[in-house]
Amino acid sequence: MPGLTPEEWSAVQLSLRVALLSTAVSLPFGLFFAWLLARRDFLGKGLLNGIVHLPLVLPPVVVGYALLVLLGRKGAIGAWLYDTLGVTVAFKWEGAAVASAVMGFPLMVRAIRLSLDAVDRRLEAAALTLGASPVGVFATITLPLALPGVVTGAILAFARSLGEFGATITFVSNIPGETRTLPLALYSYTQVPGGDGPALRLAVISVVLAMAALLASEVLARRVAARLQ
Amino acid sequence: MIEVHVSGAAGAFRIDAEFTVTEGGVTALFGPSGSGKTTLINMIAGLLRPERGRIVVNGAPVFDSQAGVDIAPHRRRIGTIFQEGRLFPHLTVRANLVYGMNRTPPAQRYVGLDQVVDMLGIGALLTRRPATLSGGEKQRVAIGRALLASPRLLLMDEPLAALDAARKAEILPFIERLHRDIDVPVIYVSHAMDEVLAIADTMVLMAEGRVVAVGPVEEVASRAGTGGLGHAETVIAATVAGHEPEFGLTRLAAPAGALRVPRLDRAVGSMVRLRIRARDVSLALSRPADISVLNILPATIESIDDHGDGTVDVTLDIGPGPRLHAQITARAVHDLALGPGARVHALVKSVAIDRYSPAPPSQSSDSGT
Repeated sequence: MPGLTPEEWSAVQLSLRVALLSTAVSLPFGLFFAWLLARRDFLGKGLLNGIVHLPLVLPPVVVGYALLVLLGRKGAIGAWLYDTLGVTVAFKWEGAAVASAVMGFPLMVRAIRLSLDAVDRRLEAAALTLGASPVGVFATITLPLALPGVVTGAILAFARSLGEFGATITFVSNIPGETRTLPLALYSYTQVPGGDGPALRLAVISVVLAMAALLASEVLARRVAARLQ
Repeated sequence: MIEVHVSGAAGAFRIDAEFTVTEGGVTALFGPSGSGKTTLINMIAGLLRPERGRIVVNGAPVFDSQAGVDIAPHRRRIGTIFQEGRLFPHLTVRANLVYGMNRTPPAQRYVGLDQVVDMLGIGALLTRRPATLSGGEKQRVAIGRALLASPRLLLMDEPLAALDAARKAEILPFIERLHRDIDVPVIYVSHAMDEVLAIADTMVLMAEGRVVAVGPVEEVASRAGTGGLGHAETVIAATVAGHEPEFGLTRLAAPAGALRVPRLDRAVGSMVRLRIRARDVSLALSRPADISVLNILPATIESIDDHGDGTVDVTLDIGPGPRLHAQITARAVHDLALGPGARVHALVKSVAIDRYSPAPPSQSSDSGT
């Protein structure tokens, strides 16, 4: 992109990569938890609902710190992962994706759950009487009818990821080329003399990306909804 | 053969129902709203689990609490047509139709897409979406969709209740043909007697979660009125004996004798059902000579039930077949000194007799798959 320095360009690319990975990885989990909360009654459902929504109300730095404690190389899960599988997400761009996935998760689950709630259960019963298995009913009736919400949820999580700052910087720090995403780069520029120009450019790019994501969500949701008419 | 004996609850509602249907054809599940018809249908379909009991379709139990049998709804091969159609809004009519068919092994299919589309007259709708269909069209597609899954038993839960009279008249012939063209046993839920008389062979009368009576439509339908479940009336099976074209009348042979009704476009020998409401029956002590009423039946009073509102229900023995009910005033009973055993003449105006043409009896009583 013209006018961008290699460092700025790398921050933009990194941000998109992180957002894509975090959205792709969290989508199946988001679907599962949304379905669990919308369709199943079980002991501790209220607690699970609270945990899923926690990142929405907690200071992001607390989430980042919790991830550090759990997934850091010396963390409860992180140490085990590193010792047995030799992998770690600490101070890696994948770690930034984990941080954004956790922060965007409540938004994704909320949107999908709402659309699952709106699916007419009587249609699912009708599909059962026509010989479709419960999994088949979900795949051919429930999911297609809830698709507008799934699309909205995924795009919300994607947009939320592009803006993730607190949890990311706490968990995986601010390493140029590795974890310095767009918001982190912008923040860094504001901390050095002469960084006003690049900061402004990145701010504009942030606005453009966020707007594009919201517009895409709108267009997609409308197109899917039109198909259901 | 269908055997149902279940008890269970749906919310605060208790159901404890038992009936067996040995004939194929259409069985009407009849009763007022809230009598448990839909609950029972959902239990047969497997959408609701009874607490205990047994449901057997064509010899194969789909539910048996003692034997621990509870076949999942999608493996029961029991088709259901719901009141609201329940077409899948995101699929075309064609995709809706083949939804169940594609999930039925080819060896178990007994009807094909072309035959069903042809029978229901929905060929022009195949590429459309359910949202663009009229209520009657939706219900025809719903019937086709359920049929194409080649069910062993077809449940119809008030499929006409959401339609206006014109649409009902549009669908009823299809349900009749369904029985004639495709020999699948049907359980038809309704609280409309005219629908039952038009299409059912057997009738299961329900009230407050229980089965009150089971039997041929003529027998049970007459009881439905006297049990406080509606207006007293008599349902009689008759055959067309001849026509009187000069007067626009049709002569019918009923077990109790000959009856004349306004002309019926039916061949001599075909069967019809007559519905005579109790309030349309008058009584006379001697056979009136100069009177416009054409149908005068000698009868013996069997019993008189006082409604306590100035009217009484007189049950009349008119010979073989069901009893005839007459609703007259208590004053008339007093003036004519009527009582059980009294010989009277029942007067029924020809134009007050409703005629229904039931589906012809199935060729074989064994309508398995």
